[in-house]
Amino acid sequence: MSFAIIAVFTVAGALAAMTLRNLVHCVLALVLAFTGLAGLYLQLGAQFVGFAQILIYVGAVAILIVFAILLTRSHEPLTRLAVAPGWVTSSLVAAAVFGILAWAIRSSAISTLPIPPRPEVTVKQIGDALMSQFVLPLEVIGLLLTAALVGAVTIAMREQRRMK
Amino acid sequence: MRAPVSYLFVSAIIFAIGLAGALIRRNAILVLIGIELMLNAANLNFIAFWRYGPHPEALTGVVFALFSIGVAAAEAAVGLALIIALHRHFKTTNLDRIDSMRG
Repeated sequence: MSFAIIAVFTVAGALAAMTLRNLVHCVLALVLAFTGLAGLYLQLGAQFVGFAQILIYVGAVAILIVFAILLTRSHEPLTRLAVAPGWVTSSLVAAAVFGILAWAIRSSAISTLPIPPRPEVTVKQIGDALMSQFVLPLEVIGLLLTAALVGAVTIAMREQRRMK
Repeated sequence: MRAPVSYLFVSAIIFAIGLAGALIRRNAILVLIGIELMLNAANLNFIAFWRYGPHPEALTGVVFALFSIGVAAAEAAVGLALIIALHRHFKTTNLDRIDSMRG
């Protein structure tokens, strides 16, 4: 039952994030969707991922998007919903992708597999795995984040006047 | 509907919504939001398959979802920096007006 409530909130948030006119309202709806996804992770027993989702997406990415919206706010009127000319085709493509996914889920064998007992995963186990088995990917992701940080600052920095 | 199937359906719905938004909306920031929604749908799939897969004690799904969140955060930072740079150059975030490289 709680799954249905969280799922409805998540899908409604995602829908609103993609259909509202005001960009700030879109981000608020996006926060709702991210929080709902964190709730789904918690229901699935992945506590650490759920809290990481709240910390990173709700705490950092959403705020970053709000900052970008405020920094790029232009004086164009909001009266018209800005959609692409080929929106019918785009909707059909998205609907077709959903149809293929739904067909694949319905016809897959996952619905016949036995449901395993709820795994008990502690943060300590995840930390041990990150420090032993997955230490190389962890280092690579650290390098990627450093490069992304430097790259983002370089791209967004105001262009220097050319030297005479 | 059995539990794993319902989670996969929610993930598919969110993915389709994100795809439709990224294709239809013309604001660069909204396109980025659509991409974030698609990445989150993929994360939900990782966690669902980890929970209902045969070896949840191996932790691979959880660790993969964590790395996916990290990559998505890097992508969001670079994408928003690009949007800010574009806005400084073109004075708009409407993708239809940023057409100087159109063939």
